[in-house]
Amino acid sequence: MPVSESSSKVVYEALRASGVRLVSALPETWLVHLIRMADDDPEMILVRLAKEEEGVGISMGAHLAGLQTAMLMQNHGFFAAINGIISGAMLYKIPLLMLISDRGFMGERDPWQTEGGKFTRRTLDALGIVQDELTHPDDAEGKVAMAMTLARASLSPVALLLSRGLMWEEPAA
Amino acid sequence: MVKRIDCLETIYEELGDCAVVTIMGAVAVELYSLGHRANFFYLEHAMGLASSMGLGIALAQPNRKVVVIDGDGSVLMNLGGLSTMARYAPPNLTHIVFDNESLLSVGGFPTATSTGADLAGIARASGIDDAKLVKDLDEFAGAAKKAIAGDHLACVVAKVEAVGPASFHMDLHLLENRFEFARALRPPLPKGDLM
Repeated sequence: MPVSESSSKVVYEALRASGVRLVSALPETWLVHLIRMADDDPEMILVRLAKEEEGVGISMGAHLAGLQTAMLMQNHGFFAAINGIISGAMLYKIPLLMLISDRGFMGERDPWQTEGGKFTRRTLDALGIVQDELTHPDDAEGKVAMAMTLARASLSPVALLLSRGLMWEEPAA
Repeated sequence: MVKRIDCLETIYEELGDCAVVTIMGAVAVELYSLGHRANFFYLEHAMGLASSMGLGIALAQPNRKVVVIDGDGSVLMNLGGLSTMARYAPPNLTHIVFDNESLLSVGGFPTATSTGADLAGIARASGIDDAKLVKDLDEFAGAAKKAIAGDHLACVVAKVEAVGPASFHMDLHLLENRFEFARALRPPLPKGDLM
């Protein structure tokens, strides 16, 4: 599977370095290595979800109990979690670091991903969620650390888009 | 049929050392009316996520008892969450569900439990082995106290009357509740240490 294991490792280590101790996730192709790394790490709590919105509640509870968390999800998972993000995390001022695989954007070959790709950034913008893109392994650690810092200082959701260039090793057709 | 507030009264003392998460509406107001505590969190929106919040707290603080006080409408919105709860099954988590077969605080529209959906059955089928349905006050008190004192994930579904408080007003802003709750779950600040 041409999902980049080395980039996944860099992103995972960045999450660890930023203090994340609980990760909630719903598998999608680009996230397989990240989820496996969380599963293999005895110091990380991995919560596999049935639906992404649950992850917002889990992060809310964990944050109020003093634990730093991150959510791993596809952009469609972000769409599925929106009510929880607004009426949970935003309403209650919860720092919520969201790593969102940027499916349906430039280079996407799967037709079923392309509709959602049009709306990822616009939806984040509409919700006022500060976002950045992880495009290169070299700046992943810094960007994850800064995103966590902002989430904690602003008590708000912050999104990092996992880009195709970072997560996928197959050359674009 | 039993009233929810009478059920809450029977376990009020047991909630003293727990992290308690309730749903919005009548459940929140009735627990609040019995006497607010800093370790009570009332989730005033994000319907369905009280159980997920309880799971997050229970996983983050395995040494603290966590009690989620849920309702039929909210559980029906997050049935998948029961399977997630069962999957991780924190031994310090108790899930209490008051089933009045209606969405009381928005006008009493009947939920699917009024036409036969069995939440205790769904919880068991989701993997929560200790999930039971209770229908009278003594039965509730016994099951809920046992669940809170117990050492495994348990779910108690109580059929209750569809009646609630006269007013839904609580003199506690949700953000005040949020910050005091987080503070209550923290270890005390060390004396003389300003860092």
